[in-house]
Amino acid sequence: MNAEAAGQPDLTVIKGVWAVLETVKDPEIPVISVIDLGIVRDVREGDAGLEVVITPTYTGCPATRQIEADIRTALDRAGYRAVGLVIEMSPAWTTDWITPEGRDQLRAFGIAPPVGKPGKRALFGEADQVQCPHCGSHHTEMVSEFGSTPCKSLWKCNACREPFDYFKCL
Amino acid sequence: MAVVTAQMPDEAKHALLQTVLRLGDNALILGQELSKWVSRGPTVELDIALANQSLDLIGQARLLLDYAGRLEGKGRDEDALAFHRDAWDFRNVLLVELPRGDFAKTILRQFFYALWAEAFYGALRQRRDETLAAIAGKSVKEMAYHARHAGEWVVRLGDGTAESHRRLAEALAELWPYTHELFMSDQADAEMVAAGIIPDVEALRPAWEGAVSEVMDAAGLAIPEDTWRPAGGRNGVHSEHLGFILAEMQHLPRMYPEATW
Repeated sequence: MNAEAAGQPDLTVIKGVWAVLETVKDPEIPVISVIDLGIVRDVREGDAGLEVVITPTYTGCPATRQIEADIRTALDRAGYRAVGLVIEMSPAWTTDWITPEGRDQLRAFGIAPPVGKPGKRALFGEADQVQCPHCGSHHTEMVSEFGSTPCKSLWKCNACREPFDYFKCL
Repeated sequence: MAVVTAQMPDEAKHALLQTVLRLGDNALILGQELSKWVSRGPTVELDIALANQSLDLIGQARLLLDYAGRLEGKGRDEDALAFHRDAWDFRNVLLVELPRGDFAKTILRQFFYALWAEAFYGALRQRRDETLAAIAGKSVKEMAYHARHAGEWVVRLGDGTAESHRRLAEALAELWPYTHELFMSDQADAEMVAAGIIPDVEALRPAWEGAVSEVMDAAGLAIPEDTWRPAGGRNGVHSEHLGFILAEMQHLPRMYPEATW
């Protein structure tokens, strides 16, 4: 363990760690950083020194382990070998934690960002009003509730006729 | 977690381990059954949907069995528990080990189970064991999504063609008796309920039955009269089907214990 990890948290180190995390992208959606996706919960002083706290998105998402490995590698490369990586599940991750910048990045990548409030829809409530990320039309319909990754469902736009992924509201 | 389990007497810890194994094994075996649909779904969208749901369940199983391994304290991780236990050590309900059958049977079982799991995890979130509450907080959202997807398909099949209706009715007659085991409880459950660690499953039943009736009405099907109530999986007494599931699931890690991908 290095000197600064044992004592008071060093602000420049914490800032440096955040800057490194900004460069780590989601392996499936490589335009959005793990910060903007809401996966990074905190950078804090733990019992064993400075630690990055992350949260999984879906329990069975295969990308979770890849993301852990990517963060570890990025921290090591930047010289933050002593910084720990802690996984916390509670409170559960929600799409509310995707930042406004993250939502813009998703849209630019062709993925409609989540809309509405998670968990509000009853067993057979109304579906969300999703905007097409290509042409901006709301004249869209769901093709499949499950998509290419656990976090997405499959939609199509009736205005521009393009299919698109929708980041499910969780 | 640490607060609750550290002060626990051995019997209580054993009861908690049973609880966690029951939840974890339900998720594991149902996830394994669902995965058999991969590349065989009726449409590509449903193929993806069933694979996604399988992945969610196996993810939940992983978290639960990891916790079970830590409670047990014998150095077994989630893989050891999934791949190196025999049928009589599994604690899943019989419902999840029945052969997946046709799409109607698969989707009806998914509806029954997901609706139950949504209610159970929803209540579990408020209970005292921090690890279980955290796992429940994540899982409840996934199970709500499964219940909605499956419920919509139950209505579509029941209210669809004569053939889809017939198949769903057959599935209902076969599966309904097995749903009772989801609401059974024993001494270990009672202890966990009294300790504030799990919800009383009987209290969840009226809402579950209400939601099932609503969907069955929309699907044009009547809930069958009670005949028998097969049970035993929660205590390790399984049907002949579990052995075949385990044989397939465990074959590789048992042949090559240290194999990595």
